[in-house]
Amino acid sequence: MYATRTRRARPEPFALRPGIAERLGLPYMDATLGFAAVGLVAFSVFTLGQATKHDVPGNPGYYVDRQTIYAVLGLIGMYLLARIDYSRFRELRVGIYTFLCVSVSLVFVFGFAARGSRRSFELPFFSFQPSELGKLLLVLALAGFVIDGARRGSARQRTVRYLCLGFAPAALVFLQPDLGTSLVYGAITLAVMYVGGVRWTHFAMIGAALVALVALVLVVAPAVGTPILKEYQQQRLTSFANPSGDPSDAGYQQNQAKIAIGSGEKTGRGDRATQTRLDFVPERHTDFIFAVIGERYGFMGAAFVLSLYALLIWRALRIVTLSKNSYGTLVAGGIAAMLLFQVFVNVGMNLGIMPITGIPLPLMSYGGSSVLATLLALGVLQSIHMQARLGQKGRFAW
Amino acid sequence: MYRRSDELGPQMSNRLALRIALFGGIALALFVVLFFRLWFLQVLNGDKYLAEAKNNRTREFRVSAPRGEILDRSGKILVANRTSLALQVNSRKLPEDLRKRRAELAQLAGLTHSSLPRLRRTMHEQLKLAPSAPVTLRRDVGSYLVFYLQENQDRYPGVTVQRVFVRRYPHETLAAHILGNVGEVSEEQLKERRYRGLQPGDEVGQDGVEYTYDHFLRGKPGITRIQVDAFGQPTRNGRLESQPPVPGDSLKLTIDSGVQAAGESALAARGLPGGFVTMNVDNGEILGLGSFPSFDPSVFTRPMTQAQVNALYRDPVAAPLTDRAIAGLYPTGSTFKLITALAALENGVITPGTPIYDGGSLTVGGESFQNAGGASYGTLTLVPALQFSSDVFFYTLGLKMWNTGDLQRWAHMLGIGRPTGLDLPGAAEGLLPSQSWRNKLYAEGETERPWSAGDNIQLATGQGDLQTNPLQMAIAYATLANGGTVVTPHVGREVDDAAGRVLREFDPGPRRHIKIDPEYRATILEGLHEAAQAPGGTSYAVFGGFPIEVAGKTGTAQRVGHADQSWYIVLAPYPNPRIVTAVTIEEGGFGAESAAPAALQILEAYFGKHSSGESGANGGSPG
Repeated sequence: MYATRTRRARPEPFALRPGIAERLGLPYMDATLGFAAVGLVAFSVFTLGQATKHDVPGNPGYYVDRQTIYAVLGLIGMYLLARIDYSRFRELRVGIYTFLCVSVSLVFVFGFAARGSRRSFELPFFSFQPSELGKLLLVLALAGFVIDGARRGSARQRTVRYLCLGFAPAALVFLQPDLGTSLVYGAITLAVMYVGGVRWTHFAMIGAALVALVALVLVVAPAVGTPILKEYQQQRLTSFANPSGDPSDAGYQQNQAKIAIGSGEKTGRGDRATQTRLDFVPERHTDFIFAVIGERYGFMGAAFVLSLYALLIWRALRIVTLSKNSYGTLVAGGIAAMLLFQVFVNVGMNLGIMPITGIPLPLMSYGGSSVLATLLALGVLQSIHMQARLGQKGRFAW
Repeated sequence: MYRRSDELGPQMSNRLALRIALFGGIALALFVVLFFRLWFLQVLNGDKYLAEAKNNRTREFRVSAPRGEILDRSGKILVANRTSLALQVNSRKLPEDLRKRRAELAQLAGLTHSSLPRLRRTMHEQLKLAPSAPVTLRRDVGSYLVFYLQENQDRYPGVTVQRVFVRRYPHETLAAHILGNVGEVSEEQLKERRYRGLQPGDEVGQDGVEYTYDHFLRGKPGITRIQVDAFGQPTRNGRLESQPPVPGDSLKLTIDSGVQAAGESALAARGLPGGFVTMNVDNGEILGLGSFPSFDPSVFTRPMTQAQVNALYRDPVAAPLTDRAIAGLYPTGSTFKLITALAALENGVITPGTPIYDGGSLTVGGESFQNAGGASYGTLTLVPALQFSSDVFFYTLGLKMWNTGDLQRWAHMLGIGRPTGLDLPGAAEGLLPSQSWRNKLYAEGETERPWSAGDNIQLATGQGDLQTNPLQMAIAYATLANGGTVVTPHVGREVDDAAGRVLREFDPGPRRHIKIDPEYRATILEGLHEAAQAPGGTSYAVFGGFPIEVAGKTGTAQRVGHADQSWYIVLAPYPNPRIVTAVTIEEGGFGAESAAPAALQILEAYFGKHSSGESGANGGSPG
């Protein structure tokens, strides 16, 4: 059936052995990817357990318990998604895209306002942030549109169409306002287009336009009196360039995170950690959890976590090359870019080399929506892997 | 099943492979950046960041120590402490909204009788040196303000009331000039060596013994180091170490509060500006030292009203803060004759038996110097000359020594016009006019004539350019009385710890010794004794009936632009004096008119207490 395929991974010998594992489909999944994912969520629960003991008075397990539930649910979801042929999402692309846009818009109506922005719904047991799941939905829908539109219109028309499809949800999320997530959407859009074969010249033009846009947003617009970014957003974006300024502004957080990580030295300070234990580093259970890891477990712990992410992204890129069809390639590429972008921006922000943009660290940061969405995205990767492996065997799973 | 377009064609695959490889390359590069940065922060610079983190999380809070008490020689408390309420504001707890913050600060400024800019400056200065520590806006706030703030706590976030120690004066104005006052250490003072280790807002002695013995009285503030979170809030179990404050040691003065009170009330009774000093002639211990008008030192413990400021600082005539006993600059009138007599005897100008004719006036170079009141006493020797205070007798001595410098040399040895070594700030050196001094001024064109015989004739009777004060004169008299020891006057006696153990005794020892012929000493003292207690003596009217034998000299000094200044210096008991008392009263008239009665009151207080036990200046409580 896939006679033209030239690049194929070596068949794994244990994959042919029948048994319970065979029936569960485990031999067809990417074990390394699964190990990295479980390792990261386990490390997240472990870290939160130590770092947030005193955060909620009278309830030392508040964050751990919830994160554990999200992780278990996410892992189950990951397994279930792995068993589904991801190619069906291509047919559902219009529905998925509509759901994405509607869900992130509904936040404006029913959303729960926290710290000046509406990002999530307040459900009876937890709050749900649609823009997190939206990252995966955008990958699935956009990859479908790219495959589907491959023969319609000129190359330039196609590029503009993809850009618009990606821009719409990104703009909605930006207005919540959630600058970080909208940047992730942008990265996903560009990555899917990149893997989808959009011309280099178009990327060059997009690049030029982005530079112009950044200049407009950060320099021109405030100068003429119509700022596009909120003041705190602009401050965060620009303060990392000179972080040693006034402790009361955005540079303070970055400086404190840097001190936290640096003070961990080689082996970490454990429970003697002060920076992340005494509130010097804000948002320690979410955006700045890497600073907690850095301070508590030192270079050994932080490098271990980074290695797990490297493993994760390596496996994602490998799945890009394994995929049995272009849709899988694009989806895997989008998910790989989503993970890479988030990891680099978040860790870079903790290390003081990237601006503060409010992007969570996938699988590590506390937050049900983020953990679930990331694990589901990994489930899709597993599905692509599984379909490729099954294709080699010449039969489908179900 | 799926469209062909979804299959991965070979050409697509090559292009895709390139893109995926590039993607992988970018991912690799980004991870390399992260790893290197992590290595840089944690391994290469970890120690630096660890130090920063440690510094981040601790705060030092100073707990002020109570200053030591100040006692008189018998242990009576002159200065103690009371606790007072200080208004403090924690800048971290002020509203974040700038407008609200401003409004609150403006209200606080109003409540503390300050202004917004002044309050901001105070906060800025204190925060610069002790970031995030609470700033003291005002000390000694009234309880009405405390109640008001407690009732309206929600309207004044960040405002707290703290207990601090404030000086208390159980005897009100007694010995105000000696005691001095305390105040916040100033920015200039912080740069000085003696204030090393202090912080803005700490209190130090600013005058009097509070200043001189600050080192002992100050104590050591306690330090509580606690772990705080990012908001400066103490963490649970966050007390790292605690060093309790060490109270200051108490200072015992040489002052006898009975003598001190008598001197002050004697001056106050005259109602004229003046000063007095009573000193032990053998060791320089000052039993009483005061100045009128005085002030209430407790005004320095709370914010002053404008009227109080004006009364203390802006009244050049009354000048209540000036201690006239040590900072006054006056001619002495006839009290100087003791020095002239001693200089003349020691230099062989006269002997105790040398007769000098007093015809009522002495004419030198066309200028006539007359006795006070136009009297003339005929031929005199030294003793009656002192008894009647013959001016012509001493004019003659002045004339005989006019260009020898002997008078100046002896006056200088006795301590006139030079530092005394007193352990109080603000003492004046004074001026002893001499030939070289005036001739130098003349050479510089500062005066219209060189030194002349007239200058020395004036000095011989304590007139002219002479500028001195009761303390210097008391030292000169004491030197004669004790046979030639120039004592170091002092008010500090000993430092005791909280349990009353003596930690340190102050005995500055004599400044120098002068060889005085005992016969000359006896002759001069006899003259002074006759003056005080023999009929016809200048102060017989005052001391004639005093049961204890004394030797005293009146003085009536002429000051340009003022009525005559009254002086009296008395040594008691005669012939072996233990104490000297010098009193001067501005515009008090003749010495016997006001200064001598004041001195009598002081002696009465001293001997009233000591008449039973003649064993020295020590004694129990006054009765």
